[in-house]
Amino acid sequence: MNFLSLFVLIPALMMIGLFVSKNRKQILFIMTFGASLQLIFTSVVTYMYLAERAAGNMAEMLFTADTVWYAPFNIHYSVGIDGVSVVMLLLSAIIIFAGIFASWKIEPLTKEFFIWYNLLSLGVFGFFICLDLFTMFLYYEIALVPMFLLIGIWGSGKKEFVAMKLILMLMACSALLLMCILGIYYQSGASSMNILEIAKHGIPLQAQYYLFPLTFLAFAIKGAMFPFHTWLPDGHASAPTAVSMFQAGVLMKLGGYGCFRIALYLMPQAAHEFAWIFIILSVISVIYGAFAAVAQKDLKYINAYSSVSHCGLVTFALLMFNQTAMTGAILQMLSHGLMAALIFALIGMIYGRTHTRLINEMSGLMKVLPFLGVSYVIGGLASLGLPGLSGFISEMTIFVGAFQEADTFYRVLTIIACSTIVITAVYILRMVGKILFGAIQDEHHKHLEDATWYERISVVTLIAAIFAVGSAPFWISAMIGESVMPVITQLAK
Amino acid sequence: MQYTLLIILLPLLSFIVLGLMDSKLKPKVAGAIGVSVLGIITLLSYISAFEYFYLHKIEGVYEKLVPLHIEWIRFNEFLHIDLGILLDPISIMMLVVITTVSLMVNIYSLEYMKGEKGFQRYYAFLSLFTFSMLGLVVATNIFQMYIFWELVGVSSYLLIGFYYTKPSAVAASKKAFIVTRFADLGFLIGILFLSFYTKTFDFNILNSGDASIFASTAGVSFMGISVMSWTMGLIFIGGAGKSAMFPLHIWLPDAMEGPTPVSALIHAATMVVAGVFLVARLFPVYHTYAPDVLHVIAYIGAFTSLFAAVIACVQTDIKRVLAFSTISQIGFMMVGLGVSGIGGHEGHEGLGYMASMFHLFTHAMFKALLFLGAGSVIHAVHSNEMNHMGGLRKYMPITNITFLIACLAIAGIFPFSGFFSKDEILAATFQFSPYLGATMSFIAGLTAFYMFRLYFNIFWGKEHKHEHTPHESPFTMAFPLVFLAAVTVVAGFLPFGKLVTADRSEYIIHLDPIVATVSIIIAVLSITLAALMYMKEKETPKQLATTFSGIFKMASNRFYIDEVYIFITKKIIFNLVSTPIAWFDRNVIDATINNIGVVTQWTSHKTKRFQSGQVQQYAYVFLVGTLIIAAIMLFV
Repeated sequence: MNFLSLFVLIPALMMIGLFVSKNRKQILFIMTFGASLQLIFTSVVTYMYLAERAAGNMAEMLFTADTVWYAPFNIHYSVGIDGVSVVMLLLSAIIIFAGIFASWKIEPLTKEFFIWYNLLSLGVFGFFICLDLFTMFLYYEIALVPMFLLIGIWGSGKKEFVAMKLILMLMACSALLLMCILGIYYQSGASSMNILEIAKHGIPLQAQYYLFPLTFLAFAIKGAMFPFHTWLPDGHASAPTAVSMFQAGVLMKLGGYGCFRIALYLMPQAAHEFAWIFIILSVISVIYGAFAAVAQKDLKYINAYSSVSHCGLVTFALLMFNQTAMTGAILQMLSHGLMAALIFALIGMIYGRTHTRLINEMSGLMKVLPFLGVSYVIGGLASLGLPGLSGFISEMTIFVGAFQEADTFYRVLTIIACSTIVITAVYILRMVGKILFGAIQDEHHKHLEDATWYERISVVTLIAAIFAVGSAPFWISAMIGESVMPVITQLAK
Repeated sequence: MQYTLLIILLPLLSFIVLGLMDSKLKPKVAGAIGVSVLGIITLLSYISAFEYFYLHKIEGVYEKLVPLHIEWIRFNEFLHIDLGILLDPISIMMLVVITTVSLMVNIYSLEYMKGEKGFQRYYAFLSLFTFSMLGLVVATNIFQMYIFWELVGVSSYLLIGFYYTKPSAVAASKKAFIVTRFADLGFLIGILFLSFYTKTFDFNILNSGDASIFASTAGVSFMGISVMSWTMGLIFIGGAGKSAMFPLHIWLPDAMEGPTPVSALIHAATMVVAGVFLVARLFPVYHTYAPDVLHVIAYIGAFTSLFAAVIACVQTDIKRVLAFSTISQIGFMMVGLGVSGIGGHEGHEGLGYMASMFHLFTHAMFKALLFLGAGSVIHAVHSNEMNHMGGLRKYMPITNITFLIACLAIAGIFPFSGFFSKDEILAATFQFSPYLGATMSFIAGLTAFYMFRLYFNIFWGKEHKHEHTPHESPFTMAFPLVFLAAVTVVAGFLPFGKLVTADRSEYIIHLDPIVATVSIIIAVLSITLAALMYMKEKETPKQLATTFSGIFKMASNRFYIDEVYIFITKKIIFNLVSTPIAWFDRNVIDATINNIGVVTQWTSHKTKRFQSGQVQQYAYVFLVGTLIIAAIMLFV
């Protein structure tokens, strides 16, 4: 056990604390204290990581530790992080922190809600620090099951149906994934499930041909790739605010991270063979999601389809197989996580006041809700790629990277993917214009209260992160750029 | 010249302060912050202009200075976005133009926007715009330019939509952003192509004349057009969007929904010339590697200029007349660049470039003056419509005189600044092609006509009944008018050829006497015509409108280009693409997934009867099954 295990330990301790807590005050104290601790700890780890790299430690993974967990199947609990995991950990810590303040007044069963919420966070942190395929899968599942309860109990609308649908679709890809993981392990002939070791052994080409597409697909479904994205809009629409934030902000990233860390890293030869299929699907996601968002009437649906579009860029960039594009993909995960969480937080806050999410039923909210309105505009501008905010950096890195491939096939698809910057502007401005600008039509909306202090904390945290990434991207992009190299080297073999 | 960094950073600082404090500041304090910051940076940019033009000339050529340069993000070993400051004659000139006009607009707005809700926000946005525009012109590389290009776009969006409770303003801001964003897509793809082949974003490297940078583009072509032409053409699309070239001009007239001082700053003097600046910035590349694109630019510029001038003749909203006039004048600048060469002190090759930059400078001053004057009139009569004005010269003497000066300048009457710059563009165009030159002279005549139609309709003609007597604007609004009018009177005598040229070395201007005389005669004739038609109220304009009702109606409706925009966005994108996709997603893809669940449920529902728990039934099934198997084994 090394200090990385604290990432899992903190949420676990918080869950115990919640279990014995007696009243609402204690619950909220435990949550804020724990999440702040987690956030501070993540920042410290980031700093340590950068210091270690600056000191010249060029190992692929830093702070590694390995303990045998279950000897008969060679399952180890092995941890270690590189720049990509650091970015994902930071993202998760920020979103979990912001999510707590966004669900400050959650009712009923406050305690239970936060216990499940913590279990989710335990799952994602574990997933991002682990290097062992089996433990990764274990944490992946931990980060999935609580969704069923969180949507089913605290959700809205057709929540039971949606909870069931979401869990079944994602469970189906988990089953696929489990099969692939076992396949990878047995075919590689490695003596443990540690991905570094499997990568050294390599997987026979024949096996890669069926394992790669299935593994990639399983993770891509989690990343909402067309045509397997439909769990996402429904899931967002019914989920409570913090869960929507978490789902768009972090859970979808498990998909991109898995594609990067497992599918591409372990099966590079097959990746070259099958890339074109997934590139086409990604570009369809990008454009299709954006166009579908233009015609939506419900705020959550608009942003769900916007997520499909933005996350399509992640897989698109990963499959370009060059350092720039891959860095862009990771940046896009970070940036989309922050933006989507911000927008879902704001939708939740606006819904809490107006009791509607339909854009036709709202107008002129800027006048009564200036803080939320301005934040919404900032979120929207980040989403459409305004320089200075995070979306610009990631999209530009992706486009520049994708343009390094001179092949006509890549060229055409890259140009098509680029055109999303226009369509995104269309749906963002349409949404912002309808709900925030104009005159207030609904009498009830004239006396709404602007954001409370806890809502402000949530929103300001996310906006600050978006600004930080967007205006000082150099260190983060350098950190990612150096960490994607092992995967690039594998792919170049 | 490190202090130029302050010119960029101070407006940013003022934006941050004003933006964060917003309504916690008193309007007066917010206004004072805005004006004083602009005052400081205007002074600084004048100092830097003097220092640059006096001290930084080596062997007759102005240096390119890069006083600041940091790496912002690195993409790969060749490509990285830097943020820096590049000082050369055109960027110094732009610094002067932007800070001057912005300062005047800031002062003017103190009075014009007084009492408006969101006064502080207005000043915050003005600072944001000034910051972005300054960052754009000093960009050291094309990606930095793109970054600030997007930022000016968004500042323009925010300022056009300043009156956000007014649906027309919201629609106009959205339209402006989306149309320019569409153009920016071209710009972005152009940048991507350029950087792919040249492995650099840096202007100094691109413009260095080193042929090895472009070696990899040799022989690469697509559809019979060389890849450099494609690239530079795509980049020009970005410029055409911002500079409102046909058919991307549709956003500019609507942008007049913003407050009038904003129109003066953004949509007359600074942002809309960004496209011209872009072409000028990359001029050596255009000239050497994509001369065909340069000619296309000239023709697009000429067509747009003619098109907009015709429309301007029939518009009745005074701000829209000015908007179309801006489009037309930017067309002139584009023509100037398009017909230009580099250097050549004998054959006048570089005349067009110099003239275009000169016109950019003079136009910024007199067009800002026209808009501010129009604002002063609107402030007095509370209407944009020409028909609600008339005879205002008695009530508003300062506005009247300054407006007249600007009109004379744009019409090209000696000795006002527009005469010199426009005349040089005409001279350059005549050298390029007499037909194009004749067309541009005709447009110059139209310009004089519609500007004086505007002038006479506002200040002469029949007096309209007003609810309360119009009054002259107070000092804070009159001062910018007088200042800009003074600049307009003297700017023509600036030794521009010595300062801003394509190859950064001195250029001696000879006025072509024939071109100059002819154009003055045309201008005077047009003004006389306008005076005859509009100075006193007459029936002639109405009769003409009925005689040429077809073209009149088309021009009034701006040749229906806006309908095309509505058709594309509403009908095609929304109804024919988005709605079907959204439907398809819900009813085909999602339904398939849901139906898998339904089918599974149905199947289990049907098969669950086998598990009834009745022993008799199990025995019965067991017996039947045994018999069937026995039968099969016996007979097969």
